[in-house]
Amino acid sequence: MTTASMTPVTKGPELNKRRRVYKPNAKYIPILATLGLLAIMYITGIANYDNFGDPSVFVNLFRDNAVLLVVAVGMTFVIITGGIDLSVGAVISLTTVLTATLLKGDWPPLVVLPAVLILGALIGAGQGAVIHFFKVEPFIATLAGLFLARGLALFINQQSIPIRNETWSAISDYRIELADGVVTKPNAIIAVLVVIIAAAVLAWTRFGRNVYAIGGSSDSALLMGLPVGRTRIVVYTISGFCAALGGVLYSINSTSGHALQGNGYELDAIAACVIGGVLLTGGAGYVWGTLLGVMVAGLITTIINFQGDLNAAWTRIVVGVLLFVFIVMQRLVTRKAK
Amino acid sequence: MGEQSPVLEMAGIRKVFPGVVALDGVDFRLFPGEVHALMGENGAGKSTLIKVLTGVYEIDGGEIKLGGAPVRISGPLQAQQAGVSTVYQEVNLCTNLSVAENIFIGREPRKFGRIQWGKMRRRAAELLTRLDLDLDVSAPLSSYSLAIQQMVAIARAIDIEARVLILDEPTSSLDTSEVEQLFRIMRRLKESGVAILFVSHFLDQIYEISDRLTVLRNGQLIGEYKTAEMPQVQLVEKMIGKELAALEDLEDKAQRNRERAAEAKPVLEAKGLGRTGAIAPYDLTIHAGEVVGLAGLLGSGRTELARLLFGADKADQGEIHLDGKPATLRDPQAAMKRGIAFSSENRRTEGIIGDLSVRENIILALQASRGWTRPIPRKKQDEIVDKYIKALQIRPADPERPVRNLSGGNQQKVLLARWLITEPKLLIIDEPTRGIDVGAKAEIQKLVAELSDGGMAVLFVSAELEEVLRLSHKIEVLRDRRLVEELENTAGVDADRIMQTIASGATS
Repeated sequence: MTTASMTPVTKGPELNKRRRVYKPNAKYIPILATLGLLAIMYITGIANYDNFGDPSVFVNLFRDNAVLLVVAVGMTFVIITGGIDLSVGAVISLTTVLTATLLKGDWPPLVVLPAVLILGALIGAGQGAVIHFFKVEPFIATLAGLFLARGLALFINQQSIPIRNETWSAISDYRIELADGVVTKPNAIIAVLVVIIAAAVLAWTRFGRNVYAIGGSSDSALLMGLPVGRTRIVVYTISGFCAALGGVLYSINSTSGHALQGNGYELDAIAACVIGGVLLTGGAGYVWGTLLGVMVAGLITTIINFQGDLNAAWTRIVVGVLLFVFIVMQRLVTRKAK
Repeated sequence: MGEQSPVLEMAGIRKVFPGVVALDGVDFRLFPGEVHALMGENGAGKSTLIKVLTGVYEIDGGEIKLGGAPVRISGPLQAQQAGVSTVYQEVNLCTNLSVAENIFIGREPRKFGRIQWGKMRRRAAELLTRLDLDLDVSAPLSSYSLAIQQMVAIARAIDIEARVLILDEPTSSLDTSEVEQLFRIMRRLKESGVAILFVSHFLDQIYEISDRLTVLRNGQLIGEYKTAEMPQVQLVEKMIGKELAALEDLEDKAQRNRERAAEAKPVLEAKGLGRTGAIAPYDLTIHAGEVVGLAGLLGSGRTELARLLFGADKADQGEIHLDGKPATLRDPQAAMKRGIAFSSENRRTEGIIGDLSVRENIILALQASRGWTRPIPRKKQDEIVDKYIKALQIRPADPERPVRNLSGGNQQKVLLARWLITEPKLLIIDEPTRGIDVGAKAEIQKLVAELSDGGMAVLFVSAELEEVLRLSHKIEVLRDRRLVEELENTAGVDADRIMQTIASGATS
């Protein structure tokens, strides 16, 4: 030990190389599995049903699942930090009810829209603040948010409120022709934009990387000098905003508002994230995975519709089975990584 | 060096926790280009002082000056901005992120708000090359060993252009060559004028690397000394505050018991036991009242060997005989039933449950072996726990205190107590003295010796050769996941002899 000299070492010690365990893209395994599953389902559909291969079938997946997609993207942020947001379904209902009520009261759409989006974001921020400042479990804090938002929605109106506003109807009826014979609705476009923006934020901004760091270890993130509290609050704010946006899309879709709309969406969103490879313990996952997760759920419904004689409950059954499979797979992948 | 002005000055630092004065009027100074060791037993206030410096705690009194100007450090981010970076004992990085991200997160190079991944990876690679590390910077940190992770933490710290670098027990999970590598990096940083605060429980390391040292005891400053002018024994005395007879006492004990141990019945015999990829097949016999030491470098298979004997991993070849009869140990529970106890090296993650009280932690294994349907009466619990708190001198002697609040050495004692009350025939202890102070170390070593005197067989795993030599009747030397030699711990066997065996890899 006494001979340790100051001479610069030209070559790194071999122990670095020896210890290196090379895992080719282990983090992509879940997402690739989902992609494979989606491909198999799609091919099976084409093989068994006429017209399944029609591009509009695929494009309609985005239209039909726009609300879930937007909500699930918000949920993805939360889950990557290792949290959970149970309030999103209730925020959807509150948003639809409030939107319908305000529009019925002849508020201008350009006021209603930002108002409900801001309200959703504020609910999220409030939950985030409670979670951060009072160290409340996200499960509990957002469960309270669920009751609060759903209760408010029911308090405003227990009946279904039709939306007769021209702007809303116009958006609802608007068609966008993507290609010859392939049309979609604004909802789908908005949902896709949300996915793209979210993916960019997570991959290319400091905020996005902080989200992953907190999910990996929030104690470490704190000691590395990262703004853990702020990031966490913003994450729940995003989730609340996405839920409100989902509610707006819902109200456009159904041209009505009802306190039971969006019921159970929080669970669908969580399921989509998990099937898409977002780790429930936090720290890993991609918005693209969530997109695939939503597509899987949507494709199951589509197949059931094509089959015609199947009970709609099969969607839930299949999603349930997939959840089991994917959670076990996550377990195995993370264990291997350890 | 003395003529220079200090980069960091702390004067009269006071920090009070409910019921405890953690720091009481402590002065500390740090000069540019020096390695300054902060010494003291666990609970002396080292960690508190570091946390004050890094802004995790706010001080209740005193003054901190950086570069001559008074500062108030209110958080880790602020500390970093002020040029104080820290590398903690437990690697505080995010293992789910890539190596490059771990170095740069929070300070990623950006263009129009967008992270420049290419630039970040290049800069990370450059930085690591300067530290003689050749890593794949886009691989997740989790794919590297703890030692490498520690180096990455240092890379992160020095990229912050630190004036003050705090290394809080960075070596506790490193093996000898890795420590050498770390010291090379430290010397290089020192030359470039960085002031390094170094905490380590290894006295050898302190003497090798540090220029100056400050000793704390019970939250109070004992003094600041030049390392070269401070004999080891005196340093230990200053840290503990009493003369250390316990250690010398042990030396001959192992010798004395050798004959007896050899005649005793074998408690456990492993024949050709092995597990592919973890440890090559080995033969091992442990007698009652015998301490068998496992020596070898980090990653040489010490823990893996021990885990097979406890059924924590399943052997895929060979057999185990317990008390002369063949036995299969399917899982730890089976091993516990047969009187084998295993105290894990990762006391934080695999052993101690921080939120449970001392009592609950101690009672855990005994309760588990009885099954949850037969709870141990509270009165009985208190009796047992009191007995062991006294016997092992667990401090503070409060059975209801959450274990989280105990120092590392005392946590280790709680863990030992947990296994001792199950009255095992064979006790496997993996790294019981890692990261704990000299005093507690001696107590634990003494305890091991006493247990073996009482007829218990002990398998003692430690990275510290001195310790293995002091306690063991025989020493199993491992290298590259293979048991290469069994040495009777006779007078001729010393650390050099073991090092030789490890280095040559075979019987010399």
